[in-house]
Amino acid sequence: MTPLELWTYSIVGATFAIYIGIAIWARAKTTGEFYVAGGGVHPVANGMATAADWMSAASFISMAGMLAFGGYGASVFLMGWTGGYVLLALLLAPYLRKFGKFTVPEFIGDRYYSQSARVVAVICLILASTTYVIGQMTGIGVAFSRFLGVTYEMGIIVGMGIVAIYAILGGMKGITYTQIAQYVVLILAYTIPAIFIALTLTGIAIPQIGLGGNYLGEGGGISLLDKLDQVVTDLGFKQYTTQVMGSTLNMFVYTLSLMIGTAGLPHVIIRFFTVPTVKDARYSAGWALVFIALLYTTAPAVGAMARLNLMETIQIGEVGSPTGNLVYDERPDWFKRWETTGLLKFEDKNGDGRIQYYNDANADFAAQAESFGWQGNEMVTVNNDIIVMANPEIARLPAWVIALVVAGGLAAALSTAAGLLLAISSSISHDLLKGVMMPRISEKSELMAGRLAMIGAIVLAGYLGFNPPGFAAGTVALAFGLAASSLFPALMLGIFSKRANNVGAIAGMISGITITLLYVFQHKGIFFVSGTEFLMPEIGMGEDWFFGISPNAFGAVGALVNFTVAILVAKVTAPPPEAIQHLVEDVRIPRGSGTAVSH
Amino acid sequence: MTPDKRSAYWKANLRLLTILLIIWFIVSYGFGILLVEPMNAIKLGGYPLGFWFAQQGSIYVFVVLIFIYAAMMGRLDKKFDVDED
Repeated sequence: MTPLELWTYSIVGATFAIYIGIAIWARAKTTGEFYVAGGGVHPVANGMATAADWMSAASFISMAGMLAFGGYGASVFLMGWTGGYVLLALLLAPYLRKFGKFTVPEFIGDRYYSQSARVVAVICLILASTTYVIGQMTGIGVAFSRFLGVTYEMGIIVGMGIVAIYAILGGMKGITYTQIAQYVVLILAYTIPAIFIALTLTGIAIPQIGLGGNYLGEGGGISLLDKLDQVVTDLGFKQYTTQVMGSTLNMFVYTLSLMIGTAGLPHVIIRFFTVPTVKDARYSAGWALVFIALLYTTAPAVGAMARLNLMETIQIGEVGSPTGNLVYDERPDWFKRWETTGLLKFEDKNGDGRIQYYNDANADFAAQAESFGWQGNEMVTVNNDIIVMANPEIARLPAWVIALVVAGGLAAALSTAAGLLLAISSSISHDLLKGVMMPRISEKSELMAGRLAMIGAIVLAGYLGFNPPGFAAGTVALAFGLAASSLFPALMLGIFSKRANNVGAIAGMISGITITLLYVFQHKGIFFVSGTEFLMPEIGMGEDWFFGISPNAFGAVGALVNFTVAILVAKVTAPPPEAIQHLVEDVRIPRGSGTAVSH
Repeated sequence: MTPDKRSAYWKANLRLLTILLIIWFIVSYGFGILLVEPMNAIKLGGYPLGFWFAQQGSIYVFVVLIFIYAAMMGRLDKKFDVDED
């Protein structure tokens, strides 16, 4: 066994032992513990658990890669996935905590005095959360395939098995305390390599400041970002600090979708049901964002520095000079290791035995490249997801750091998967089974039903993990679109408008999510089955036909449709009964919050 | 609690919300997206300022906004006697 393997097995093994230990220690014995951890979690502890719940494989594994290759354009993920917490803290969390029940559909069912509304909310929740779970499964696959040296598919099977043991034992109580441990693992795993790399490249230990510092390497004396801009544009890529994603409008709408989606994601909202008071819910959202911001403000440094390292590893000399490119046989070890996973792929198009990595889609530069004897970009696959995982190796950090990153990636994926699976299973056992089908079910049977529902959800997620619709963050972005277009408007109107009624809410949720799904399916296939895309360029419905908005960014449009339909329909139908108006007045006032109860 | 007092509390809450959300909008959608080009003309260390707001600054402001909200709402709760203690 190599030292790296030894470290990886030790660190990952140790973290798994801790999680399983906590899960056994904190087994759920009542539905209150299973759904909301008994309702007595400290706001700072809940903030930390929320951060782990929230920061998924997409945040940990994919985001820095998206930043590395998307540059400024990928800022939508940074702003979108943090700014949503402002909406959550100001518009939803305190009020839903005051309402004091177990699930999100439960609020919708009660507020809109309608079992149908509750069922529609359950369907929306399951759609959004299941989509989100796919992202975690692919993340687990990537981490495991690297860590165990097995195929991606095998990685998913192993990962799924661990999630299964873990999520079924835990319930919300177990999940909360494991998530706290997972946060510690993932934040150490993320920041330690970032500090090393920032020190190496800029001499500044704080990555957030280092990214604005001066580049120390060859051709230094200029700022790191200027250097990066120069290196990428020299090879025909777009300038890092200014490249946009789609268009300014697309970025605006994309950011808005992610923010609204963040605030509307049930697995995050239910975390705020676990704190004792409304006041705690407000502060807890702040603490959650503090813990999230630690990673999110580090990610841009990781992305930019990894990109620079990658470019400099391959383009070792002047662009166009015969010896300017790395000889393939002299490629570093990490390169070979990642080639075996298929996430990195080289093809010697001009047969010179050297690696040319450049933007051959840029016509001007491609012409110039031809004069160098280059015949196309030879790095045919550079998967976003490897940036974080390979980063410590690219920067030649010690083996234990690399092992820690693997443990961190798994912690991020496992904690989010567990939170999502709980949201899915509680909506089935508490909302569908107890709420609608069998109101008299005993607590013990409900608990058992919750665990069975979880097993079903895991099997479904595993199946989808085998047929992933895109890279991890792509599917995650879609989950946000679904949450944004369905649940957020219903929740917000339920609190801020006394006039919002049952018919309006149902019509709003259905139209919002339908329109979003249609747009996405039109681009990516019906339920992501390739070949079933139905773009119709001949009638003006080509790619991104709606004002150039990409399908992942469409949630904000869906939310707007939802709001509009809900308000208009409510205007022409009967207002909610007086009791409901009192309920709304009651959730607006903190006094009288008890711990979450089922009745 | 009288309906008047109730609605005064709610109005004060909405006023606070509106102010905080305007700031939320300006730092992200404003400085980070719509005005990013002119902002980039200004440098903050090695950072173009618009780029900094998009990848760093807006996040710091978001954190501060939530804590301000929690503190100010705590005060409002006490003033209108609707707090939980």
